[in-house]
Amino acid sequence: MATPILQVDDLHKTYGRGATRFDALKGVSFEVREGESLAIVGKSGSGKSTLMHLLALLDQPTTGTVRLAGRDAGTLRGRELNRARNRTFGFVFQQFFLTSNASVLENVILPLKIAGVGRAERRRRGLAALAQLELEDKARNRASDLSGGQKQRVVIARALVNSPQVIFADEPTGNLDSATGAVVEDILFDLNREQGITLIIVTHDEELAARCDRRIHMRDGLLVEASVDAEEVFAA
Amino acid sequence: MKTTDVIATAISNTFRSKTRTILTILAIFIGAFTLTITTGLGTGINRYIDQTVAEIGAGDVMTVTHAPDEDAGDGPQEYVADQVAQQRTAPGPPSGQSIDPITASDLEELAATDGVVSVEPVKAIDVDYVRHGDGTAYRIDVGSFIPGMEVQLAAGEQPDAASDALQVVVPVDYVEPLGFDDDAAAIGQEVLFGLTDGDGAEQTVTATIVGVSEAGLGGAGGSASPNTALTDALYAAQETGAPAGQAESYGSATVRFDPASTPEQVEALRADLADAGFQATTVDDTLGAFKTVIDGIVLVLNAFAIIALLAASFGIVNTLFMSVQERTREIGLMKAMGMGSGRVFGLFSSEATYIGLLGSLVGIGVGMLAGTVVGGALSSTLLADLPGLTLIAFDPVSILTIVLLVMGIAFVAGSLPAARAARLNPIDALRYE
Repeated sequence: MATPILQVDDLHKTYGRGATRFDALKGVSFEVREGESLAIVGKSGSGKSTLMHLLALLDQPTTGTVRLAGRDAGTLRGRELNRARNRTFGFVFQQFFLTSNASVLENVILPLKIAGVGRAERRRRGLAALAQLELEDKARNRASDLSGGQKQRVVIARALVNSPQVIFADEPTGNLDSATGAVVEDILFDLNREQGITLIIVTHDEELAARCDRRIHMRDGLLVEASVDAEEVFAA
Repeated sequence: MKTTDVIATAISNTFRSKTRTILTILAIFIGAFTLTITTGLGTGINRYIDQTVAEIGAGDVMTVTHAPDEDAGDGPQEYVADQVAQQRTAPGPPSGQSIDPITASDLEELAATDGVVSVEPVKAIDVDYVRHGDGTAYRIDVGSFIPGMEVQLAAGEQPDAASDALQVVVPVDYVEPLGFDDDAAAIGQEVLFGLTDGDGAEQTVTATIVGVSEAGLGGAGGSASPNTALTDALYAAQETGAPAGQAESYGSATVRFDPASTPEQVEALRADLADAGFQATTVDDTLGAFKTVIDGIVLVLNAFAIIALLAASFGIVNTLFMSVQERTREIGLMKAMGMGSGRVFGLFSSEATYIGLLGSLVGIGVGMLAGTVVGGALSSTLLADLPGLTLIAFDPVSILTIVLLVMGIAFVAGSLPAARAARLNPIDALRYE
């Protein structure tokens, strides 16, 4: 069996000390296989966001290890860590995090700019990503002039532009009405199926979670159950 | 992120909140403007002094006197009959000291010193009056004109040191009193110098006006400048009937050295002369005192400008702290996408530096404009007596220094907020509401 793209082993994460000590994760172990779609489901405060941050290498666990393609992420430092974040991951956030007075294209190419890609190449790939999401005619618009659904598509284009292996989506449909949300969901699952991008969705929306190959339920910093029903999803 | 991208992004970020940036730039503008004006003042005055150097003395010449007695002490000096008052060829506080005269044997000794090209005694001439034709006689000072000096001319030409003709350049103030219509009309006319000889009898010498001099800061501007032939003629007339030997003793002598000498060689020559009991002063020494005073004043003025800049730098700190605050989530996002802390620091400090650059450019631009206008207005009104003086002048080096200084101050001011941005934890930044 191939090395899992992400593998976590007995993760603990503690915030604060003494009386204010709070254990967000109390020993979580699982793996994410390349190309699958995984939902991390749980109520707020269950530790699902903390888990996502650890998976995305944005934070370090108090104890336990995160392995990225077999390598212990705890050994990545500085430049290497930044490279891994930049090349491996794409992010889709509930609150979009778009720079409102910059153009749509500027927003989309931000990861390429950070990666040090040249100007012409950035533009080409940025427009290609926008075209994939049928937004190429909005490239010059200011990000603040878009509707919620368009904004989330721009965010997905930004997550895609660096051809990441994994896209993290944190409540990707949380700020959208159900029709628009459904469109965004379709886009994400299409990317997963057609381009083989591993999709990790953090949500409390059971319907959205149900569309994923696999779900991890979290409660009080622990996994409650892990269910695999890829056949079900593909059959649907 | 490439460095060019960091800078380009910083520049475009600068104008995200225009009002705030413009106010910060204004604060820096005031400092840069003041610094431009004060530096321009220093440049203008020092340049004027350099222009009048040629009037005070030639560059390759030392004025040599006997060194005053080392053991003179603070008290009154004992009178010695054959001492003469120390001659001064440039403005400065009177020393009031009596020193041994330079004699013919001293001149030979000086001429024999290594590095000395030629030696000329300074012939102090005390003229009673000057007159044109039958007009009124006026008191006048006759300066010592060393070949190589240049008088600032209003008309005509410099006295010709090599000519046998008796030539003189008269100050512009004397043109009308002597009965000439204007400066040009005086050129080529003859004037009569009257002086008293050693016996107390009156002697006269006639000379031709070859030029009219402007009143300068110092030096020859206020007195008549004779050429060598006229100096000799006047001196001969003055010493007629004087006791033998007196004509052969002078207050000071001018020593000419190789114009290509390095400062070290000049210093060595000065040391050699000092060993022989002579005190030598170059034009640079005389000017040094002038420039030190002016540089001191400009330094104080610049200090005020720097204080203004320091006040402005707190504006930069404030602006960027607000900017970091506003963009916390954006910074978090960039870090989550793999932007290094160093690059984040670079982004914000470049923004500060760019604000500094804009402020300094605007300040310097307006400062140069205002300086030129005010300087021009002053030199035609209040300072009309000092022709050739551009009160506020600018040279590229000091302008560039100001730009770099302001950018440096802005960078230092920006480093505090930039460091805070660089330290942001991506998760906390993304959670920030």
